[in-house]
Amino acid sequence: MMRRLRLNRHLTERLGFISLTLMAVVTVVPIVAVVIYILSQGLPAISWEFLADFPRDGMRVGGILPAIVGTFYLTIGTAVFSVPLGIAAAIYLSEYAPDNALTRLIRIAIINLAGIPSVVYGLFGLGLFVLFLQFGTSILAASLTLSIMTLPVIISTAEEALRAVPQPFRTVSVSLGGTRWQGIQRIVLPQALPGILTGVILGLERAAGETAPILFTGAAFFLPRLPNSPFDATMALPYHLFVISTQVPEMPPQIQYGTALVLLVFVLGMNLVATTIRSRARARRQW
Amino acid sequence: MADKIIIENLSLTYADGVESLRNISLNVPENAVSVLFGPAGGGKSTLLRCLNRLNDLTEVRASVGRILIDGENILDPKTDVIALRRKVGMVFARPVVLPMSIRQNLTYGLELAGENRKSRLDEAVERSLKLAAIWDEIKDRLDDPAIALSGGQQQRVCLARVLALQPEIILLDEPTSGLDPISTGKVESALQELKKEYTVILVPHSVQQAARTADYAAFFLQGELVEYGEGKTIFTTPREKRTEDYVTGRFG
Amino acid sequence: MEKTLNWREFLITRLVRASGYSAIVFVALIFFFLLREGLPTLGEVPISTLLSLRWYPIENYFGILPLVTGSIMVTLGATMVAVPFGIGTAVYISEIAPRWMREILKPLVELLGGLPSVVLGFLGILVLSPFVRTLLDLPTGLTALTGSLLLGGIAVPTVVSIAEDALDSVPRSYREGAWALGATRWQTIWRVTLPAAKSGVLTAIMLGVGRAIGETMTVMMVTGNAPVLAVTPGSLFSPVRTMTATIAAEMGEVANGSIHYHTLFFIGMVLFIISLAVNVAASSVVFRSKQRAERVLS
Ligand SMILES: Nc1ncnc2c1ncn2[C@@H]1O[C@H](COP(=O)(O)OP(=O)(O)OP(=O)(O)O)[C@@H](O)[C@H]1O
Ligand SMILES: [Mg+2]
Repeated sequence: MMRRLRLNRHLTERLGFISLTLMAVVTVVPIVAVVIYILSQGLPAISWEFLADFPRDGMRVGGILPAIVGTFYLTIGTAVFSVPLGIAAAIYLSEYAPDNALTRLIRIAIINLAGIPSVVYGLFGLGLFVLFLQFGTSILAASLTLSIMTLPVIISTAEEALRAVPQPFRTVSVSLGGTRWQGIQRIVLPQALPGILTGVILGLERAAGETAPILFTGAAFFLPRLPNSPFDATMALPYHLFVISTQVPEMPPQIQYGTALVLLVFVLGMNLVATTIRSRARARRQW
Repeated sequence: MADKIIIENLSLTYADGVESLRNISLNVPENAVSVLFGPAGGGKSTLLRCLNRLNDLTEVRASVGRILIDGENILDPKTDVIALRRKVGMVFARPVVLPMSIRQNLTYGLELAGENRKSRLDEAVERSLKLAAIWDEIKDRLDDPAIALSGGQQQRVCLARVLALQPEIILLDEPTSGLDPISTGKVESALQELKKEYTVILVPHSVQQAARTADYAAFFLQGELVEYGEGKTIFTTPREKRTEDYVTGRFG
Repeated sequence: MEKTLNWREFLITRLVRASGYSAIVFVALIFFFLLREGLPTLGEVPISTLLSLRWYPIENYFGILPLVTGSIMVTLGATMVAVPFGIGTAVYISEIAPRWMREILKPLVELLGGLPSVVLGFLGILVLSPFVRTLLDLPTGLTALTGSLLLGGIAVPTVVSIAEDALDSVPRSYREGAWALGATRWQTIWRVTLPAAKSGVLTAIMLGVGRAIGETMTVMMVTGNAPVLAVTPGSLFSPVRTMTATIAAEMGEVANGSIHYHTLFFIGMVLFIISLAVNVAASSVVFRSKQRAERVLS
């Protein structure tokens, strides 16, 4: 009797472990499959012409240069607004904020910003930047919209990086006659830099891949030229992929896969840079 | 000998309601090593942090009393705390070298103060490292990361870092608690040199160290100053029973 | 505090503090603009119309119920995928996997979180939906089910990372105590570790659901976008249209200030309030350690 019970218990455990392992496998395999599939299907489309040419013949021929350049502009534009603001907010939360109700409110606000659906950001950007501030459908309006969406990611990762810098460094700096800001500027920020950078890149990676927030704030269906001011609308890789996979009939799949591949490389490349910075910095850390 | 620091009726309560210093009055003479000793939680570190206003960084609910340094009450809200901290240097229990080179550690305080003449900085580095009795050991590797030094060397770099600012008062909070006997000896003998020019206040990590180094000694027990006097007297013929029990090791 | 702040220190402190407060300002601004453009709907469209079953804006039918049920249907489906697989993977990573496996799995799951949703939508159209159509012999593969499967995948990284944090923060001594009493590792997981991490796992589920409700591009691309009431299990196999997809698909074509425009903002407002509720609820659950504001809805 006892032996059967034991046997059963171990059998249950075995089966349980196997099924959990299978679940993990089922979760992870499609991820790898997606990446490999897009790589293999998209690679044949990649050529110098594809990367450096304008789309032609209703986008069914030619390249995707304006979309690549547009995504580049949008990413830079997002960085311009969200990076200084996000890092400053993180500095406030980690170095200055008292433990009170207002600080808790800030934290709740950040969590909520992270949770707002991206299409709602699009609506907000349309209401505030495009219409109310009259920036029009433009790189500026889209970048500002993406910036606010990216802010919570940057703030929380940067705060984590700042908090990881040992407290005694700050105390020592003050005890040597430093002001609070001098300690932050000369010790805390340089030490937290790799972590902050990782967060910034991860945030911008999200922004680069987003479509919904730019739908009504800055994305153009087709542009025969590159944008030449922040007040121009722009093509963008994710929106272009959306357009050519749903809006254009008889689209050659090769161009679709090629576009998906370029977008994936853009985004995963940023991801790779971020993880490399993180692991390098961990190895080199002096504390 | 002149009194450099005069503490008058100092009491301090932290935000959690703990009264960590109770009505302390104490005169600290120039050019001597004054030792604050007693069991854990007695308020020694708290008192040190009052002397350079480092307690401004912690949440203090109430503090009353005065601390006069050269006749000026440094607890006055109008005090220039930055200047005060340059004048009153502090070495902590655990050596905390900043994540930079040895040289940068030493010049950090001076650079904050706006000094950027290379000759002045180099001169300060050499002078302070010699005073801290570590110049010969590390003079060839000043541009190495400070973290690469041994614990004992790091602690002397920390002392030198304070000395580079040419302070008048040096506070040391159990500076040798993590060090081996040889490093401890080096720090202690450095202090004997330093007291010729500076006012030194030391929280020792043992009664033995207190007895070895003290010109003057103050015994703290749970926020109270029990007894204060010349080191020789305190460690041989204390007035108070509680001091005697602690010094002779009969204390809990 | 320090009285001798020079002007630079003073200025920087102010700037840094203002940046910190900006998060509150942005949430308030977003809410304000949604209200400003969305509330007029209540004056322009009778409540009975809003709560009707027909969404056909060209003829002034603004019944949002099909959209709401569409969102609920797809989200429920996604939850049924994301919760078991998310929690299962989290348990596997934190309790069972050997170290090297963990080092591989965690970045892979993170990678999934970083894949642009439009790429997944694209593959949904080209690969998943033909598969669903032939497998189930349906007239079209663009169904609520297709959307649910993809959305489930999108919500998985959120569930995994938060649930794994929660499991990780259960003290080792709990497990060792159970083992000492003769429990197997399997029993320990079910009777000790998971219950101890309950609130964190709950947070993970809520944020995963939130992520699914807010997702836009993928559902717009693969659910077929038919605004029909979706309440029977059968509608899982037919096209539906979600609130997010409706906004994304139609906002580009409406005249600013029209009733249709206001109604789309109204829907956005409803989404905002849902996400606010989900996130406030999730963050007020006791589990607070390692709270990171990931992008949970998208
Ligand atoms: N930042 C703080 N907040 C609240 N209470 C504190 C703080 N720092 C110290 N205390 C309390 O004040 C009392 C005195 O502490 P202090 O560190 O000054 O003692 P000490 O004599 O230096 O002890 P030790 O020998 O352990 O270093 C203790 O009861 C301690 O718990
Ligand atoms: Mg102490």
